[in-house]
Amino acid sequence: MWRFFVDVPSKNGFIAALAGSLLRGFARLVTGVRGRGVGNGPPINPAVYFANHTSHGDFVLIWTVLPPQLRKHTRPVAGADYWSVGRVRPWLARYVFDAVLIDRGKLDRASDPMAPVLKALDAGQSVIIFPEGTRNQSDAPLLPFKSGLFRLAEARPNVLLVPVWIENLARVMPKGEFLPLPLLCSVTFGAPLPRTPNEPRPAFLVRAASAVTALAPMEA
Amino acid sequence: MSDTRDRLSFLVVSLAVVIATYLIFGSTAIVVLFAIVSLQALREYLTLTHTRRGDHWALLAAFFVVLPFQYILIGVDWYGMSAIMIPVYAFLGLPIVSVLRGDTTRFMERIAEVQWGLMTCVYCISYVPALLMLKIHAFERSGLFLIVFLGLVVHGAALVYSAVQAITDHRIKEQHLGLEVGITVTAGALIGAALSSFTPFLIAQACALGALIACLGLAGSLVMEAVKRDRRVDDWRRSTSSDRGTRGLLDQLERLVFASPVFFHLVRFWWAI
Repeated sequence: MWRFFVDVPSKNGFIAALAGSLLRGFARLVTGVRGRGVGNGPPINPAVYFANHTSHGDFVLIWTVLPPQLRKHTRPVAGADYWSVGRVRPWLARYVFDAVLIDRGKLDRASDPMAPVLKALDAGQSVIIFPEGTRNQSDAPLLPFKSGLFRLAEARPNVLLVPVWIENLARVMPKGEFLPLPLLCSVTFGAPLPRTPNEPRPAFLVRAASAVTALAPMEA
Repeated sequence: MSDTRDRLSFLVVSLAVVIATYLIFGSTAIVVLFAIVSLQALREYLTLTHTRRGDHWALLAAFFVVLPFQYILIGVDWYGMSAIMIPVYAFLGLPIVSVLRGDTTRFMERIAEVQWGLMTCVYCISYVPALLMLKIHAFERSGLFLIVFLGLVVHGAALVYSAVQAITDHRIKEQHLGLEVGITVTAGALIGAALSSFTPFLIAQACALGALIACLGLAGSLVMEAVKRDRRVDDWRRSTSSDRGTRGLLDQLERLVFASPVFFHLVRFWWAI
C-alpha cells in the first residue's frame, strides 16, 4: 500500500524510501525545482549525467527531477571520505541515495578510484558526477573539469554522456550559510555529448564543459 | 485564444479562492493567503535578479522578517506603520545588512533590485488584503466587495482586451498602445459601472474608479513586461514548451501590483470612516 505514496527502491525498505520522498518533497518545497529536457533525453540506461557543482544539494535536485523509472537506476558518485563519517551519512549514502562511493585520496590509492563507477555502469545503472571535483565558489560559471569524465568516456564508449546544468542553487544555499533562501531552481538536461574517436583529453574536457555551460539560461 | 483562456481561468479560480477563504475562515485568512501569494511572487522575482553571496542575509530578512511583518501589520490594522515600514525601514535596513558583508561589487544595482522586489511583490500586493481594514459607513463586508471589485475590474479589462485581440485574429499588435489603452479603460469603466450596486460607489464614481484602476493595471503590466524583457525571459517562471501553461504567479499579479495601492488610497480618502 505504501508504495502508492512513496516510490521506491523497495530493497532498501520503507524508512529509506520514506526518507528519500521527504527529502525530495523538501527540495521541491524550498526550491520549486523544475526539470527541463528530462523527457527529451534518452531514457535508455546507462548514462553518465555530469553537472556543475555549487552546493551539497546539487545531487538531490537532479535526483528530484528525474522521473521515478530513471531515478531507480541512477546513483550519485560521491567521495567516500565525506560519506563514511558518523552514522547518518553512511546510511543516507547507502540506503537512500544508493551512492557509488569513491576514494578521492591521492596517496595510498591501491586500486583505480573509478572502478566502482565502471562496475555500476556495467550493471546497467546510471551515475551522476560533478567533474569540477569541488564546489564552485568563484564568479566563473564552471571550474575546469577533472579527468574522471574523460576516463569514464574512454573506458565505456557506449555509455551516454548527458550534460546537466543546475541553476540558482548556489544562491539558495551558498557554502558556509546555514539557512536556505526560497529562490527557484531549475535543472536542465542537454542532448548526450557526441563521441569523437581519439579526441585528446584536454579537448574533450573543454567540449564537455561547454556542453554544460551552454545549458545555462541566457541572461543579461 | 490561450491567453484569454489563461486569464479567464485565473480570474475565476482566484476569485473563488478569495471569496471561499473569506467566508469560511474570515479576514485573517485572507491576510495569510496574500502573504503566501507575496512569498511566491517575491521568490519568482528575486530568482531573476543578480544578487550575490553578500546579500544572503538581507534576502533572508526580506523573505522571513520584512514580508511576515508587513502582513502582521495589515492583520492588526496598523495602517500608519504598514504604509511606511517597507519604504522607510526595510529600504534603509536591508542595504545596511548587505554592506556589513563587505562585498561592494555592483552594490547599487543589488540593493535597488531587492528594493524594487519588496516594493512590488510585498508592499503593493499587501494593499489588496489591506482593503479589509477599511470601514465604510452602512456597508458590511466592504473589504471583500472592494477586493472583488478590484480583481474583476483589473483582470476583467485585461480579459476583454485579449478577447478582442483573439476575435480580431491578433491583427492588433503591441505597437497599437493607444488602442490597448482605449479598450482597457473603456472595459474597466463599464465593468466598474456594472458592479456599482455591490459597492459603496455611485455609478459615475464606480465608472471613474474602474477606468483608473484598469489603466493603472495596464501600466503595471507594461512596466513588468519591460523588466522581463530586460532579463530576457517571457515569463517569471521562465516556462518552456515542456511546462506550458505554468507561468509565474507574478505574471498574473502584475496589474494588481500597480492598481491596488492607488485604489486603496482613493477609497480610504473619500469613502472610509
